[in-house]
Amino acid sequence: MSDLNSINQMNLNAGLRGPWTLLKKELLRFWRVSFQTVAAPVITALLYLLIFSHVLESHVQVYDGVPYTAFLIPGLIMMSVLQNAFANSSSSLIQSKVMGNIVFILLTPLTHLQFFMAFLIASIIRGLVVGLCIYLVAMWFVDLSVANPWLIIAFALLGSALLGTFGIIAGIWADRFDQMAAFQNFIIMPLTFLSGVFYSIHSLPPFWQKLSQLNPFFYMIDGFRYGFFGKGDVSPLISLSIVGVSFLVLALITLKMLKSGYKLRS
Amino acid sequence: MNQPAIKISGVHKNFGALHALRGIDLVIEQGEFFALLGPNGAGKSTLINILAGLIAPTSGNVSVMGFNVGEQYQQARQLLGVVPQELVFDPFFNVREMLRFQAGYFGRGRENDAWVDEILEGLGLTDKAHTNMRRLSGGMKRRALIAQALAHKPPVIVLDEPTAGVDVELRQMLWEFIKKLNRDGHTIILTTHYLEEAEALCSRVGMMKQGQIVALDKTSDLLNRFSGKQLRLTLGNVVLPDDIRTLVRYAENGIFTFALDDMAQIEFVLSSLRTANIKVLDMQLSEADLEDVFLSLVGNSSSVGILKGATHE
Repeated sequence: MSDLNSINQMNLNAGLRGPWTLLKKELLRFWRVSFQTVAAPVITALLYLLIFSHVLESHVQVYDGVPYTAFLIPGLIMMSVLQNAFANSSSSLIQSKVMGNIVFILLTPLTHLQFFMAFLIASIIRGLVVGLCIYLVAMWFVDLSVANPWLIIAFALLGSALLGTFGIIAGIWADRFDQMAAFQNFIIMPLTFLSGVFYSIHSLPPFWQKLSQLNPFFYMIDGFRYGFFGKGDVSPLISLSIVGVSFLVLALITLKMLKSGYKLRS
Repeated sequence: MNQPAIKISGVHKNFGALHALRGIDLVIEQGEFFALLGPNGAGKSTLINILAGLIAPTSGNVSVMGFNVGEQYQQARQLLGVVPQELVFDPFFNVREMLRFQAGYFGRGRENDAWVDEILEGLGLTDKAHTNMRRLSGGMKRRALIAQALAHKPPVIVLDEPTAGVDVELRQMLWEFIKKLNRDGHTIILTTHYLEEAEALCSRVGMMKQGQIVALDKTSDLLNRFSGKQLRLTLGNVVLPDDIRTLVRYAENGIFTFALDDMAQIEFVLSSLRTANIKVLDMQLSEADLEDVFLSLVGNSSSVGILKGATHE
């Protein structure tokens, strides 16, 4: 029979092994189906690249001295990073809820913060793996400059963290796959496509420019692109602040949801 | 100080207007093999979910070996292994991976592998250790579900209907394994619909009805309390004489079960039937079992209805 003091002690020693195990399980989960979770989004991004660059390369130049294909690549990378970070946490949670196996996690001594961190880091890693693969393949097509690597890293990390967190919220809130699909089709897709992946918002009419400035995805794409070309539609520090504050707000909401057991322990 | 394995004090649970638990008080000592019985909707699963921390009680306290399941949930969950009623599994992993993950969530690493092997062997899963959960048969999935609850070697184990839909052979095997765990010192709490299992295995029984515990005693004492003979008479659709109607415990489809204190009452019942000109079509005499206790206490609205109908026609 276990001694109660050793149980208390074990919790302290095992503090990191629990969340680490959950993170490892989440990473293995997407890696086991990497054809679907990594290869497919890379191919999708490359198809966008081939088609848009073929059609628009000779017609559009957004920044002086930057070919359209080069302009497009950071936007496509960031779009894929964001979409896959969201997909990782949201699909894992909704699958576990629908299958019922989320109970195995809910029965454990993992804290709400540990639960959050494991799902968050797995989402960030999936987003970064997909983004890195697209970058490596895109380098065959265009010689991409890097003006500020720290900005690239900061936006990739914060952007994937923001969308990974949003995915946790969606995964907790949704009870069925169709609700999750609605989240993806009516929120994530429009916000991504209207964020300046394929264009600069300066080319839009004033009303749409103003509207785009309310879209947090715009700041993630623009800031990330700034890291490559050293120019963008707004200052990267403003973008970084907006993305950082958005992440903090969503993270606090998520932690509150997890702590209260909203839709998980009810 | 030897804390009880489970202590439940004044627990109420409301789901909107539904008062699912109405003041549950229950203490289960370490090392007990305890059965929680009750019809569907009695509140057994709600009580187990509160114990497991899957839902919060509206009021009251629940502790596992002295640790409150709310404020000290980490310690309480370390000490508790729960086998859920539904056959749930993670389709991405094989059996051994799942068990390693499950133990890992509780802070246990490779040093726990020997225990995982022991569980696999005890549950007859060694051959299936590297099989994906999706590919397991229903019975194997049930074993894997039990293995998952045991992966962190909890001293207190709760099994919610573990043998529902399981064939006789597997049921026997599971009970042998769980009896061994109990002998090794684990406290076992189970809910089951198979009353003969509770009678054969459990040292103490709690019976629930409409969110309350209506009986709580040692299995043997409960049976003694309802000791005596059960006389089952097949009489058909008849109206019983008033003097023996009070002895009827339940009636169904023209079969009347009389609870008798001693053998002398048999002659009393038979002579009363003779006087009323009621013919006995078949007769069986038996000792009371847990099912009789269960039916007496928890009742069955349909059998009560039949009893009333049969005696007033």
